[in-house]
Amino acid sequence: MLSPHVEDILIQLGINIVLALSLYFPFSAGQLSLGQGGFMAIGAYASSWLGVALGWPWPATFAAAALSAAVIGGLVGLPALRVRGIYLVLMTLGFGEIVRVFFLNFEPTGAAQGYRGMAFVTDLPLVAAIVVAVSVLAGRTAGSPLGRAFAAIGTDELAAEVIGIDVTRAKLVAFVVGAAVAGLAGALWAHYVLFIDPEEFGFHRSVMPFTFLVVGGMQTYWGPLVGATVLTVLPEYLRFLQEWRLAFLGGAMILVMIVRPQGLVDRRLIDALGRALRYLLPQPARGPAG
Amino acid sequence: MLVEQLVNGIMLGAVYALIAIGYTLIFGVLGMLHLAHGEVFMVGAFVGLVVALHAPSIILAIAAAMVATGLLGLLVERVAFRPLRGAHHLAPLATTIGAGIVLQETTRWYFGAEQRGYPRTLADAIWEIGPLRLSSVQVFILAAAVVLMVALHLFLSRTGPGRAIRATAEDPIVAGLLGVNVEAVVLITFFVGSALAGAAGVLVGLAYNSVHPFIGVQMGIKGLVVMLLGGLGNVAGAMMGGLVLGVLEVLGAAYLASSYRDAFAFGVLMLILLLRPEGLLGATVQRRD
Repeated sequence: MLSPHVEDILIQLGINIVLALSLYFPFSAGQLSLGQGGFMAIGAYASSWLGVALGWPWPATFAAAALSAAVIGGLVGLPALRVRGIYLVLMTLGFGEIVRVFFLNFEPTGAAQGYRGMAFVTDLPLVAAIVVAVSVLAGRTAGSPLGRAFAAIGTDELAAEVIGIDVTRAKLVAFVVGAAVAGLAGALWAHYVLFIDPEEFGFHRSVMPFTFLVVGGMQTYWGPLVGATVLTVLPEYLRFLQEWRLAFLGGAMILVMIVRPQGLVDRRLIDALGRALRYLLPQPARGPAG
Repeated sequence: MLVEQLVNGIMLGAVYALIAIGYTLIFGVLGMLHLAHGEVFMVGAFVGLVVALHAPSIILAIAAAMVATGLLGLLVERVAFRPLRGAHHLAPLATTIGAGIVLQETTRWYFGAEQRGYPRTLADAIWEIGPLRLSSVQVFILAAAVVLMVALHLFLSRTGPGRAIRATAEDPIVAGLLGVNVEAVVLITFFVGSALAGAAGVLVGLAYNSVHPFIGVQMGIKGLVVMLLGGLGNVAGAMMGGLVLGVLEVLGAAYLASSYRDAFAFGVLMLILLLRPEGLLGATVQRRD
């Protein structure tokens, strides 16, 4: 049996990993969003309200959370395709703030008082299952033609267009999938803490997944996974960091960017680990050794 | 009262403009976004608070805040920008967000997270000019902002370092070839831009009588909106964009819906990005994306 404290850390870690992966999808196609907190809020509020006010069962509310974030993601993503780079960063940042102000004023979900009454759904097995599912999705995508299109766009958008990639469609898919995953993270969060208020989905929440990506590494989906793990678990085990955990995140971002701009985990490291693993694992019989 | 709302809007707008000028100077020279600029503004507000609590002069508080934040700007440049020359254009977003978080947390640790009141150092006189009621605080804030902006304009247009900044913003490589010391220009830009944000911090502290370690986030985002409104790298545009946003926000809050006040800025932001991404006056810096 896990102690409640360890279980709590693992559940928060799982939610952070899902959030980090939600940013990985658009980022792999060259789009940085600083509005993931907004999509998380949409998912959190949608799943909570549907469960509390309409009595929907949780699987339906979770699906609706992902779907509603995806729909809003599409609405934001369509025009956002016209802007890129720093302009997209600013646009998503503005979007996140608009969502926050909206829920701050939206009476049906408690406005500034916050919203409660959700059923406790998010236990460790569920979080683990969703982390595995989203990771598999990210891994599958990375190896698929769509994932290679993302990578091509992320490297050089013009070149990607020249070789016949439908850049607009690919970018929209990446953005919408990222929004849906962030919505799912929001549903998980709401049904774990059982009380949500608009302030927790502001700029800081949007910065978190970016921190995980920067520290972990942006080249593979292992990066955000490792980044979320390191930055969630480390402060828990270094007691003196407790009060300084946010400052620690900030310092880690600066340090990693300077010392290892590609993040802790890059493609070379993954390849090297893969070779080491193949070497260590028992090899299939290859006939008599010479 | 429409006129009074307009005065409030212009006052707020002048403060936004001071913050946005820093963004736009730094973006103009380096082509990079400085996302800790809002926190530099916040530190300025706290330095001003400390000085104002011990000294009777608000001018002294502003001067101290400007020097402190100017130096802080140099530190941010050293830590978060200089190691990244030639890096991916998103890299400084990460380091400056990190620097902003560190500044916030350090301030929270030192001053506590709750709101701190500014001392009433200015006599609270109210002047009535026809239908218009002006408080001395309002007049002082407007005057201070105007003085700073005029000083900046003279600095940029009349002095050698000012010309060097404009030349570097135009094209850093050519400016370097023509003998401009680009390294020095970057430092001056950070000092000047950050000092203006620090002055804005004191003015906001005066206007609202309260500061807390997290005021930088909202103000920083609004400064970005204003920079976009005016066009990236366009200093005159930032001044005008500040006024436009300030007036828009105050009038929107007064006549449309006060609780959505903060959403106006972001609604404006999204509209500009969609309709006129080069800003109202046009960007002087090419899109580097």
